Amino acid sequence: MMIASCYRRALLGVSFGVFATLSALPAHADQITFVSQGGAYQKAQTIAILDPSAKKLGITINQDSIPDAWPAIKSQVASGKPTWDVVDVPTGYCLRGGEQGLLEKLDFSKLPNGAAMPEAYRSPYSVAYEFYSSVLAYSQKKFSAEAAPNSWADFWDVKKFPGRRALRNHPIATLEAALMADGVAPDKLYPLDVDRAFKKLEEIKPNITVWWTSGAQSAQLLNDGEVDMVMAWNGRVSALTKEGAKVAYTYNQGILQSTSLCILKDAPNLATAVRFLNEAVDPVHQANLPLHIDYGPANPKAFDTGVIKPERAAQLPSAPENAAKQALMSYAWWSSPAGEAAEKRWVGFMQK
Amino acid sequence: MSSPVQDLSVLHQRREQRLMLALAMPALLVILLLVVLPVGWLAWQSVYHNGFTLENYRRIWSEDIYWRSFALTFEISLLVTLLALLLGYPIAYAASVAPKRWGIIILALVVLPFWTSVLVRAYAWLALLQRTGVINQLLRQLGVIDEPLALVHNSFGTIVATLHILLPFMVLPLYATMQQIPRDLMQAGASLGAGPMLTFWRIFLPLSLPGVLAGSTLVFVLALGFYITPELLGGGRTIMISMLVSRNVELYDQWGAASAVGVVLLVAVGLIFFAVSRFIPLDRVLGQK
Repeated sequence: MMIASCYRRALLGVSFGVFATLSALPAHADQITFVSQGGAYQKAQTIAILDPSAKKLGITINQDSIPDAWPAIKSQVASGKPTWDVVDVPTGYCLRGGEQGLLEKLDFSKLPNGAAMPEAYRSPYSVAYEFYSSVLAYSQKKFSAEAAPNSWADFWDVKKFPGRRALRNHPIATLEAALMADGVAPDKLYPLDVDRAFKKLEEIKPNITVWWTSGAQSAQLLNDGEVDMVMAWNGRVSALTKEGAKVAYTYNQGILQSTSLCILKDAPNLATAVRFLNEAVDPVHQANLPLHIDYGPANPKAFDTGVIKPERAAQLPSAPENAAKQALMSYAWWSSPAGEAAEKRWVGFMQK
Repeated sequence: MSSPVQDLSVLHQRREQRLMLALAMPALLVILLLVVLPVGWLAWQSVYHNGFTLENYRRIWSEDIYWRSFALTFEISLLVTLLALLLGYPIAYAASVAPKRWGIIILALVVLPFWTSVLVRAYAWLALLQRTGVINQLLRQLGVIDEPLALVHNSFGTIVATLHILLPFMVLPLYATMQQIPRDLMQAGASLGAGPMLTFWRIFLPLSLPGVLAGSTLVFVLALGFYITPELLGGGRTIMISMLVSRNVELYDQWGAASAVGVVLLVAVGLIFFAVSRFIPLDRVLGQK
């Protein structure tokens, strides 16, 4: 059927216009999908690190969140077409993922910020992102400032420090605390003497009211008075004190742990992901993180930027004075066969 | 030589059967695709990982924790089923003999908890049962106890919450069956001189058995797989099978380790029902002619 000439001209004009508009649009923007653990933590990251990085690099960062990324990482990489690019997970997962071929090997020539970080803070597959600590937290209603517990030996001493206790239902950090309670120095923990740690844990087991499984639970137990002493993550306890709860914690003999950034194998936007990773561990962005949450930046140069005030630095897990009092978690040991055997032994220990 | 009338009725019967099968096909296909195939794939993973391996099953057989966990899971599930029966039977009975309006109200109250998520209900039990929780505070104020009772972070709390969540699954099948029992039978028994206890024992109870069986089966099987209540309210010590499955997902780098536990549970339950059916003629009780 012939289109009338006037309609034909109109059609041509419209299609020309559409074409022109389309070509005037910017080229498909670079983007990545970034995954962390959600909540207040991810909100703080967005303000301090993600938005500024996106602006500086001119990319779009699509965010996702999940409490435990490990099963999702496994199934995504197994499918061959993952939808995630960069994930922020506990460093142990990055090491395990690297060993199992689930992650991209990092080319540190493209990651100058990462290469400048201490050796212990990176691995062939990951770069440390932020630090948090497992600390001894206690109720100030039960223990006044002079009589407060200050070490894991105190935690284990039920006579001098009577009260109800809680520990995490997981061997990571708990075995370290048991060894420190038994007298091992924080810098001489690894390789862990697993038998000694479990023996020490058997001592305290009858006095443990709850073995907690989530960060929120650990904070709620302390806040509700369900327990008087608990090993918890410092950010959770600080959140309680901000709300006015009478609780406190000590960095002494704390266990300094980290989360790291890693890139999934066959990530859809690999080049952009590498650029983002470098930007995320830039000292300036990292220094902004503690302004919004009580976790420490991984890049030690962040403390030199002058953005973090000394009073604030004193509260952070990775500040040099605090880090010196703590034991640095060795994820390498935990991903070794000895570490995996210790993890498998845990359930048996819990059941008896 | 069969009569033409007989042939016709057989033909009609076969046609009706084929029609029924065709109508059921979509549902059967959904079950096949969404249940049988994935479960089959998981079961396959438990025996095949870079070659055939029975490592997962060998581990379950040899390690103590699995036996203990299975024992605890069955113990707790049986206890919950029994308690649900003891609590649920009177409720269903009341709902079925009460005047219509009250019956509906009772049922509505039983079903109401379904409108809240299981997670919220579990946390609500935590708030009720913990040391500084509602129940302990009430008991202390009344002077009944001095020190708070340990009602949660142990098996007790797990059982209470699981019972609460599964009670409707016992009440509803019981009610459905009780509704079917003709009231005249009870009256007939009374007119023959039996007191109310005897009528209940000899007439009502046996007729309600299909409901008892259906409700108990439902509650038992559901309780076996419960994850949220032991995880939140068990204090870390009440290790039921579902928690071992989740642990295995974290610890081992292949799904087979976790799915092997599931397969063992499936087989165990199958064996139990097979054994039970030897003693109780299940199909007759459930009403097959």
